[in-house]
Amino acid sequence: MSAHDPIELAAARPDFAAIAAWIPQGASVLDLGCGDGSLLRYLKDTRKVRGYGVEISDSNIVACIRNGVNVIQGDLESGLSGFESNAFDFVLLSQTLQATRHTEPLVREMLRVGREGIVSFPNFGYWKNRMNVLRGNMPVSEALPYQWYDTPNVHLCTLHDFEDFCRDLDVTVLDRRVMTGSSEMKLLPNLLGSTAVYRFRRGA
Amino acid sequence: MNNSVGTVTAQRATFDTPLAFRSGAVLPRYELAYETYGTLNSDKSNAILVCHALSGHHHVAGHYADDPKNTGWWDNMIGPGKPVDTGKFFVIGVNNLGGCHGSTGPSSIAPETGKPYGANFPVVTVEDWVESQARLADQIGIRQFAAVMGGSLGGMQAIQWSLSFPERVRHALVIAAAPHLTAENIAFNDVARNAILTDPDFHGGNFYEHGVVPRRGLRLARMLGHITYLSDDAMADKFGRSLRSGKLGYGYDIEFEIESYLRYQGDKFASYFDANTYLLMTKALDYFDPAREYNGNLDKAFLAAQADFLVVSFTTDWRFAPERSREIVNALLHNHRNVSYAEIASTHGHDSFLMPDQHYHEVMRSYLDRVAGDL
Repeated sequence: MSAHDPIELAAARPDFAAIAAWIPQGASVLDLGCGDGSLLRYLKDTRKVRGYGVEISDSNIVACIRNGVNVIQGDLESGLSGFESNAFDFVLLSQTLQATRHTEPLVREMLRVGREGIVSFPNFGYWKNRMNVLRGNMPVSEALPYQWYDTPNVHLCTLHDFEDFCRDLDVTVLDRRVMTGSSEMKLLPNLLGSTAVYRFRRGA
Repeated sequence: MNNSVGTVTAQRATFDTPLAFRSGAVLPRYELAYETYGTLNSDKSNAILVCHALSGHHHVAGHYADDPKNTGWWDNMIGPGKPVDTGKFFVIGVNNLGGCHGSTGPSSIAPETGKPYGANFPVVTVEDWVESQARLADQIGIRQFAAVMGGSLGGMQAIQWSLSFPERVRHALVIAAAPHLTAENIAFNDVARNAILTDPDFHGGNFYEHGVVPRRGLRLARMLGHITYLSDDAMADKFGRSLRSGKLGYGYDIEFEIESYLRYQGDKFASYFDANTYLLMTKALDYFDPAREYNGNLDKAFLAAQADFLVVSFTTDWRFAPERSREIVNALLHNHRNVSYAEIASTHGHDSFLMPDQHYHEVMRSYLDRVAGDL
């Protein structure tokens, strides 16, 4: 079994396929918080993108290099000052938004450096999460696998929250996919979707 | 010895085509000392050139049959199963022109005079070195290197390779380097040079014929340099304020352990290194600045590069700080080059690039495994 097989990766991370569907062949991509480089690798294999990842963890730097993707070690929280304005077609933030401290400046930076932004995040409004909270506990699930005391997630939000946030930031949402597992949720997405993927750009 | 390339033999290549230096000087004939490890594959695509730093040389890995304790300076990096795996790569170490370990340099005999070049040896630049190394590659039959790599001044050579001979470098591994020296860096070098130049035994660079060596100057230069290669933390950890005799002596003899260490390092260095070579090496460092001919625009300087890059820096390196490596990375990003950048947490300052840090070696290994995979 190959760890980098595109089909297997897409099955394991349905947001990958959703993201890839929006990215044309040969686009330039900056993946913030790129982890082990799986998404970039997937986009390289399926979309022939020219891409770079930004990642802070030592072990992920090694994993990215092994994955054959470009990775720049750095802290997203200190901004993207090394990157020129409009340098990329797309700036991605996959399953990282909720773990950023300075979320608002980071989204602004994404849209300075990239023509369009794509984020994916766990939907806190997903009914199972709501049930957990109603029962009196912080949710722990596949999409939110952490206990309250060890979670890196400091800025969890719902679909509604994110869309309000975009409006306040003068950011236009171009597209949205909401999923639970690998199925797309078109009905009551803020309730039935566990993961959201948004594509957006500057300006109203 | 574990995973060593084992016994190695230095070789010597002779070049009869005159080499024109950046300075305008011409060397009609010269020799380069070099070593190789591993086996060149049939299509000659697996060669890696290792460039050395200020005090380095061609003895990069392994040891000599008649001097088994003389281990190569990057032996922890290069060997069978090591990050630079000699089971996969053919590795070349070369002593730079102007050096004092076998290549033609200030202590070599100038054929015209029958005396050592001394002060007459041309001031050599990183560009000149790369030119001379390319001729060595020609002679060995290597058209394109799988990788050119080096730390510090060696990293600058890797950069220069990618600019002077873009089509001859597939990967450049630039470690603990900088796109040019800062004023502070140059200042340190100038103090070091002054220590040598003002030593009464220097004789304007022609000390050989006086049968003396400007040992004091060289020793001071090395002591100063050595301080800048370490970090405050590393020195505090290793020496702190420890006193050799345990009590204050109220005099100027060696009292603190750090004094003892530095003097020992200075003495050791002065016993084998050539003062003129030291001057040349520091000057090559000072002059290196690929952006200079583009009005300081490093992006434009890197326009010529075609290689993929791995850039590595170390958190406690204040001589060539991580921010300097980021300048290189940014210029590469702006030119859409393939580049990866790792900033290694290390306590050893600039010298970290020579240390066998596990994560650092893992970064190197993972990158070079990819390079080997593409052979």
